[in-house]
Amino acid sequence: MAEKVLMKGNEAIAEAAIQAGCRHYFGYPITPQTEIAAYMAKRMPKIGGTFLQAESEIAAINMVYGVSSAGKRVMTSSSSPGISLKSEGLSYLAGSDLPALVVNAQRGGPGLGGIQPSQSDYFQATRGGGHGDYHMIVLAPSSVQEMADLTIRGFELADEYRMTAMILADGTIGQMMEPVSFDFKFKEVPEKPWATTGTKNARKHNVVNSLYLNPEQLEKTNIERYQRYEIIKEKEAMAEEYLTEDADIIVAAFGIAARVSKNAVNAARAEGIKVGLIRPITLWPFPEKVFAKAADHAKKIISVELSMGQMIEDVRLATACRVPVELCSRVGGMIPSPDQVYNAIVEAARKGGE
Amino acid sequence: MNYKRITLLAGHYGSGKTNIAVNMALDLKKQQPNTAIADLDIVNPYYRTLDSRKELEEAGVRLIVSPYANTNLDIPALPQEMYAIVHDRTLHSVVDVGGDDRGALALGRLTPLLREENDYDLFMVINRYRPLTRDVQSILEVKQEIEEAGRLPFTGIINNSNLGAETTAQCVLDSMDFAYGVSEAAGLPLVMTTVEERLYDGLKGKIDHLFKMKLQARPVDWIR
Repeated sequence: MAEKVLMKGNEAIAEAAIQAGCRHYFGYPITPQTEIAAYMAKRMPKIGGTFLQAESEIAAINMVYGVSSAGKRVMTSSSSPGISLKSEGLSYLAGSDLPALVVNAQRGGPGLGGIQPSQSDYFQATRGGGHGDYHMIVLAPSSVQEMADLTIRGFELADEYRMTAMILADGTIGQMMEPVSFDFKFKEVPEKPWATTGTKNARKHNVVNSLYLNPEQLEKTNIERYQRYEIIKEKEAMAEEYLTEDADIIVAAFGIAARVSKNAVNAARAEGIKVGLIRPITLWPFPEKVFAKAADHAKKIISVELSMGQMIEDVRLATACRVPVELCSRVGGMIPSPDQVYNAIVEAARKGGE
Repeated sequence: MNYKRITLLAGHYGSGKTNIAVNMALDLKKQQPNTAIADLDIVNPYYRTLDSRKELEEAGVRLIVSPYANTNLDIPALPQEMYAIVHDRTLHSVVDVGGDDRGALALGRLTPLLREENDYDLFMVINRYRPLTRDVQSILEVKQEIEEAGRLPFTGIINNSNLGAETTAQCVLDSMDFAYGVSEAAGLPLVMTTVEERLYDGLKGKIDHLFKMKLQARPVDWIR
């Protein structure tokens, strides 16, 4: 087994991307994800890759579009306000069915907000963010190790389904340091016969474009794309279930909120409260079946988030409102404490899940 | 540890400078009543000496820190009082310099005064478990970059090799060849090897100049 190294979450993303064969990074600095760009700036020139600090986030995402069109693994990273700027490009990537990896280390918003952690870009990420009917695959790491694991998985999914995979992290996981093992078995990168690599006068030229002059054709493309999304929803949803089997109360949390919640669940279990945790690892596709199953026995669900309540809507949809769902959250760069979550669990237990 | 009037800590980003600075300042305070810790980090807005404010103030260590550390104002601001380090010669201090050459830029403006008085140490903090500084050559590159940016040569090496919560005594022992290798290649003494308090007793006597550290409490320490 490879020896572990001590890394920041942001650095783990960058190293994992390089190991996954990404040789093109385009970005623009913004706290709290600048370590990704800094790492790439140091490493890419040494391995024959390209690191380019673009003049803006908009330029960077369009450079991603260009490299992806040429069939190469490519990524960009930013934090909340920067992702908003990239949204037009994200929509164009989707409309052109191009694979890409995009990282959002979320910070408090809206607007410039602050530089401390947040999860309030959940709607933006899971609903697409830009204009038009589309989705991105959204992966939510909750440890530095998972920052690496899901980056590699993200590249694989992006290539397989020809779409953008987004790592939806936050300032805390990006900045915290934990030991990481880079002991990966890599899948082969699939053939990309659609890539614009030059015809060499041997084939018809490929076109990568999101403009359709014929509305029937545009409708057909949209419908086909959503058929692909159905396959992804069926096959790729991921969640971690922790002590959920006999649970009367379910805590739903992803990313950093799940780390906090696990402490609270353990503390409440020690008091004899039947509580478990569902941690979505993919936010789109949302692990609906796991929640639907939990709703068969749970009396209450508590959604712990660093937002005013965004994932809570998907929890309600997945459970068809069969179980009451309440919110436990902090915003503006603040993180719920294990005590806050513990108290919410105890209160729910006291009311008998009513 | 015999401290010069000013002890400066620099090194690769994330090598552990801030934790060491806080522990050193508390140690220095036991020898020198007039002690300060100065945070000159212009690189990282997260994880600052300010996280240890309570402990430092209770011990009577003066904090010289930008009023914008740990706030949402994300600018490379230096503390207004930073010249006290060089001008007030009754003051002993530990200075936490930001990571890499970019962090060491902030040092440059103090350099002429540091050289003139010549009662300082500039220690390079190393951790062989950090991904970009795992071999002697990479350390020497970072060393040269920092010395050029700060226009000041290092005077010693501090081995802070660790794997966070997964650090074992063996991890530290395994790092010693590396640390001595850096020391020899750089022509600088290995002045200290730093370990968490939980590992100290097991390593005492096995490693020279072992320094016991209490890890800084951070806002997210309860995240396990």
